[in-house]
Amino acid sequence: MTVLLATVLDGLALGAVYALVALGFVIVFKASGVLDFAHGSLLLLGGYLVAVLHGTLGFAGAAAVAVLATAAVAGAVDRLLLRRVAADPHAATVQTIVTIGVDIVLLTDLSRRLGGDLLGLGDPWRDTVRTLGPVSVAESRLAAVAVSAVVIGAVFALFRYSAWGLSLRAAAEDPEAAALQGIRTARVRTLAWCLAGALATVAAVFLAAFPAPGLDSGTGQIALKAFPAAIIGGLTSPPGALAGSLLIGLTEALAAGYQSELLVLGDGFADVAPYAVMILVLLVRPAGLLAVKGAARV
Amino acid sequence: MPAPPPGHGPALRVSDVDVLYGSAVSALRAVSLTVPHGGVVALLGANGAGKSTLLRAVSGTLRLHRGAITGGRVRYGDTVLDGRDPVAAVRAGVVQVPEGRRVFAGLTVDENLRSGGLGLGRRAPGQVARARERVLTLFPRLADRARQPAGLLSGGEQQMLAIGRALMASPRLLLLDEPSLGLAPRMVETIAGVIREINTQGTAVLLVEQNAGLALSLADHAYVLDVGEVRLSGTAAELARTDAVRRLYLGEQPDADDRGAA
Repeated sequence: MTVLLATVLDGLALGAVYALVALGFVIVFKASGVLDFAHGSLLLLGGYLVAVLHGTLGFAGAAAVAVLATAAVAGAVDRLLLRRVAADPHAATVQTIVTIGVDIVLLTDLSRRLGGDLLGLGDPWRDTVRTLGPVSVAESRLAAVAVSAVVIGAVFALFRYSAWGLSLRAAAEDPEAAALQGIRTARVRTLAWCLAGALATVAAVFLAAFPAPGLDSGTGQIALKAFPAAIIGGLTSPPGALAGSLLIGLTEALAAGYQSELLVLGDGFADVAPYAVMILVLLVRPAGLLAVKGAARV
Repeated sequence: MPAPPPGHGPALRVSDVDVLYGSAVSALRAVSLTVPHGGVVALLGANGAGKSTLLRAVSGTLRLHRGAITGGRVRYGDTVLDGRDPVAAVRAGVVQVPEGRRVFAGLTVDENLRSGGLGLGRRAPGQVARARERVLTLFPRLADRARQPAGLLSGGEQQMLAIGRALMASPRLLLLDEPSLGLAPRMVETIAGVIREINTQGTAVLLVEQNAGLALSLADHAYVLDVGEVRLSGTAAELARTDAVRRLYLGEQPDADDRGAA
């Protein structure tokens, strides 16, 4: 029972962090129709900035600067690169491929800088472990859940109530009708990219924190687990991305926690679990868990 | 609601406008048209005559269709609109209701209305509140359905919402693209009444319609576009008497006398 509880807590924390990544991915897709394959590298960039800056700025300062800088880089990718091919009839496809190029460039440079190092981010939680009743949990995991909950709540509120959120949802449904209302669709879209970059940086902090050993050049690959989470949720639905992420996080934690009982499925099933879940969900609900249902009446 | 400027000088002036799509397909050639302050002008023509293109040239959305103005000028008052984006048109007071309504189906009625006020930015919160009141007075039905997804409204209600959404930006000139398309006759009458009411409140209207009878009954002045050029223009009453218009757009069969004369 204790193991189960600890595993579930672990899974929730993992899921909350995946949700930060998946949410950015979904917001970018909703705003621009682009699958952002550079998302993992942007995440790594955010983490790297915290790692190199925390010595001089302190953790909070470094995190703030990294969030802003990564947001700026993500916005610049949209504004300076993707917008150039906006007139192409297959713009979204071309732009998706451009993000693969961005990913390779960013990842190569960051890997070169990181080498084989494991960088600490200087976070305040270190390796403290708290005991909550019968289970012991890393403080960093509790922080991950708390911070993610606040950030995700803020993003949902922004999406629902702010002028930017309304503009984005309107433009996602019908870009021309949105433009006719005087909505600056290009600006709305660039801001979506910025937000995704900021969210990825927050995720990077928790992915590199204890019990992970630190940031290395592979940290960005975590985005590969957030992709199935986004797809499970329906790709354009922020709540879906959250649900998908929690599902993936729990599955992964359970698969790792009960590894010995799952040996039938081979060693290291936890790593494959997200994709197995994705395939199972898509078999039952091809459009994802919370895909927008066709509410249109013609 | 903006006070209509005094006088009846031209508010919208389209002069000698040429439009190309994909830098090869000519859609408009030397088209000139004016809409006076507070007036209603109808734009008639067959499918593909260039009516929607003309509206796009005014509202700044040609680029979304890979089109561009290659000659001539579009002005609203003192503001040059050609070569600008739709935001410029909205801020100048020119707002288009797109053909086929194009409400945001997944957004609530209320959110659709809010979206119509976004183009003004944060410059005029009071103005948006007043516009909203005006819209809900014009269309009380929208108030009842504020929290429903717009996609669940009937066609007529969606047309009301599309018009209401455009009015949220307090336009001085409303561009209407086929507002009667696909609506039941009763609803067409309702919409016609609404257009009259909006105009009485001081908003000028440029009306594109296939339903020429409806358009000519609403308009003071009308233009007939044919393959990208203005073929006829005049007061609505004059055009309604023109043989070509009667035959082509009002669906009248030539009677025996005409045939005898021909």
